[in-house]
Amino acid sequence: MSTITEAPFEPQTSAGRITNFVDQRVGGSGILREFGRKVFPDHWSFMFGEVALYSFVILLLSGTFLTFFFDPSMAETHYTGSYIPLKGVEMSVAYSSSLNISFDIRGGLFMRQVHHWSALLFVAAVAVHMLRVFFTGAFRKPRELNWVVGGVLLILSMAAGFTGYSLPDDLLSGNGLRIIDGVMKSIPVVGTYISFFLFGGEFPGNAIIGRLYMLHIMLVPAMILLMIAIHLFMVVIHKHTQYPGPGRNDGNVVGYPLGPVYAAKAGGFFFIVFGIIAFVAALFTINPIWNYGPYDPSPVSAGTQPDWYIGWVDGALRLMPGWLFNIPLEWHIPLPWGVNTLSLNVLIPALVPAGIVFTLLFAYPWIERWVTRDDREHHVLDRPRNVPTRTAIGVAGFIFYCVMWAAASSDLIATHFQVSLNDVTYWLRALFFIGPILGFIIAKRVALALQRKDREIALHGRETGRIVRLPHGEFQEMHAQLDDYKRYKLVGFESPVAEEGIPNENGIVTKTERRRAMLSSFFFEDRVAPATPLELAAGHEQHEAIEAGEDAKEVSH
Amino acid sequence: MGDHSDGTPANSDAVAKAGHNEVDKFQDPGLPPHRLRLADTDPKAAKRAERQVAILFGISIVGTLVFLLAYFGIRLDDTIATLRLQNLFMGLGIGFAMLGIGTGIVHWARALMPDHEVSELRHELRPEADRVAAVQIVDDIVEETGIKRRPLIRNTLIGAMALAPLPAIAIFRDLGPLPGNSLRHTLWKKGERLSRDPDGTPIKASDVTIGSAFHVIPESLNKLETGKLNEKAKAVVLLMRLNPEDLHPSPGREDWSYNGIVAYSKICTHVGCPVALYEQQTHHLLCPCHQSTFDLTRECKVIFGPAVRPLPQLPIAVDGDGYLVAQSDFHEPVGPSFWERG
Repeated sequence: MSTITEAPFEPQTSAGRITNFVDQRVGGSGILREFGRKVFPDHWSFMFGEVALYSFVILLLSGTFLTFFFDPSMAETHYTGSYIPLKGVEMSVAYSSSLNISFDIRGGLFMRQVHHWSALLFVAAVAVHMLRVFFTGAFRKPRELNWVVGGVLLILSMAAGFTGYSLPDDLLSGNGLRIIDGVMKSIPVVGTYISFFLFGGEFPGNAIIGRLYMLHIMLVPAMILLMIAIHLFMVVIHKHTQYPGPGRNDGNVVGYPLGPVYAAKAGGFFFIVFGIIAFVAALFTINPIWNYGPYDPSPVSAGTQPDWYIGWVDGALRLMPGWLFNIPLEWHIPLPWGVNTLSLNVLIPALVPAGIVFTLLFAYPWIERWVTRDDREHHVLDRPRNVPTRTAIGVAGFIFYCVMWAAASSDLIATHFQVSLNDVTYWLRALFFIGPILGFIIAKRVALALQRKDREIALHGRETGRIVRLPHGEFQEMHAQLDDYKRYKLVGFESPVAEEGIPNENGIVTKTERRRAMLSSFFFEDRVAPATPLELAAGHEQHEAIEAGEDAKEVSH
Repeated sequence: MGDHSDGTPANSDAVAKAGHNEVDKFQDPGLPPHRLRLADTDPKAAKRAERQVAILFGISIVGTLVFLLAYFGIRLDDTIATLRLQNLFMGLGIGFAMLGIGTGIVHWARALMPDHEVSELRHELRPEADRVAAVQIVDDIVEETGIKRRPLIRNTLIGAMALAPLPAIAIFRDLGPLPGNSLRHTLWKKGERLSRDPDGTPIKASDVTIGSAFHVIPESLNKLETGKLNEKAKAVVLLMRLNPEDLHPSPGREDWSYNGIVAYSKICTHVGCPVALYEQQTHHLLCPCHQSTFDLTRECKVIFGPAVRPLPQLPIAVDGDGYLVAQSDFHEPVGPSFWERG
């Protein structure tokens, strides 16, 4: 044993000295060793989640600014600010303070625009991110729960948007609230009570803005933050998925280390998102509440639109007919204590489509897992074309959503294209049912066709555009073979075949199992097998045979 | 082929599986060889990239200055034009400030930082031994509580837990009053004059020409001290005059109109938007929110859209001074349906 104590570790750089200082006091080296060089796969489509996160940060920043000046009171006041057309007009304090933010606080209008635009972007980014996750199969084991967290985030982001939209107490948002009130009143048994409790009495009352304000600045963002924390925590535990390609498999992560490249790209991207939102807020007006005027239950302007993420529910309300042929969709039910009213014309469109979309969305990972009996962990994503049925299901759902969304603009479609408003509604009603089916069929065919194209390219190479005249006079375009890496990207996927029902331990194929087998063939019946080395070798021989100038000319299979 | 359902962790590795059958599947060739960027080989290109990054950061500095200039330099007066100008330059300033930093950093990362893709092994989330142990711990805990063997405890606990949230619901009772009869009444009553929205001047029957439409409130609305919006939300009315022969009143409603003048609730029976659009030629009322269309000549029967019930009609008459007055309140609740409506 040596009696000389070793000199303590002394870092040589200033960054090193700071790191050492912090580490000696809070012991962060474990975290740094885990994360400092953690590998993150890179792909442009991974950006949407980042956009969502960053626009949420921007929402928190701009929202905090707005709370310093906004007053959520519904007390009546007369406007005294500097916007001349509304001088002296009777309005709520909430609307008046929103006008003051816009006209009398420097940068207030800009912050309002930043806040509104980033809210629109936030919900959009969450939605597109979920589409990306769905179509690439990133929701599969072990990420099912994180998919559910994502779905909850989508609902919360819509809730955050709607509660915020109503706060300025302008004419548009007041009409939006009135629609919500009408929808709530259609709920059987408790609807009227819910409406009276929410509004503190009859609509509009003088409580709703203050209540929504509390939800908007505290409860909903707190829940979103919590869900984001859980979401990112799980991303770290699972490590990020990666797209298929040479050198990538379910056992590794290929990408850039967090420090410095990935951190720089992701961190820099925050500023890019912020910058783009700032540009949009500088150049494009959003929600010019001073044009709408204070809330008044009497006027409404034609051609008004809800914020885009509420559109699909509003569109569903528009699509629903009140009368089905000669049957009214409002029922008066005689009960022992009197007649009660069931407003199916409101209740069905408000609850059923959203119910279908979110139930399927939350349940889909388990549905697919049950049908495919695939219980393995997946860290390599699917290219959407390589899973034609899932892609088709996603497209069908997307079209289902988009038809309702388009219906929210049925009046604008009619006025813009000079067609009858009623016809637009009739067409959209038809599309509501036919659109998803058509979308399913077309998407599946397109996916299969793309797979065939991949196969073709993998086996015969890419077209070079070089035309060669053979000795016997035939013209041929030369194909260049892909290198091994590019080819592997096209052929390195699984293509399961449909399964027969599997007998249980008693040798019986149960009813459930038969149903599963049916769904399995629905999933996997139409398939294009990935190209194999044997086929490639066969193709080469054929190709050489042609080049040798023999008469054998059958080029295709 | 077809072994996709083999769920054992050992087989979850796509590459290993590809190797199982070398004839049938292409082998993973591994990561493609790294290709150097121009900036890796040419010091001039690296220097150029460095300058570009610096320029982008410089743009950001200029952007920040533009913002400050716009904030302090542009004096807001009462015109929208200066507000627009300030908003524009503040936004452009922040936009350039942020984009300069963002694009600069990203360009720096892409052009100058090492761009070697590295491969890291994924670790199994939890080894099987750990999972077995965890399941054992949970089973032991459940077993030691004895909850499965003592159904009395289990069931009373479930009952207590089910009831415990009730106070959390009940405590919100005072959020608002009970509906009572409030949805069935409006400000309209016998003799209440129909007046113009929003100034409240009463309307003479002789002022209503054929084809005209008036937005109407009860005359006493503007005199209310409190709850004006609540009352207005129920009481607003549309007044129109048609040729009397175009009206087809049902039995009992023949005297609800005056000389072709009819008054209907403006609140849509669908979800309560104001039915504000009157098509003079067709005598249709259109709700701009969800396009419910009501036929004025048939007592506002629904002819298109999501509404089911016709708009409630306000019975009107003319008082001694020639002003239009209500005969009574509406005979049914106005606005969207609710469970207790009947």
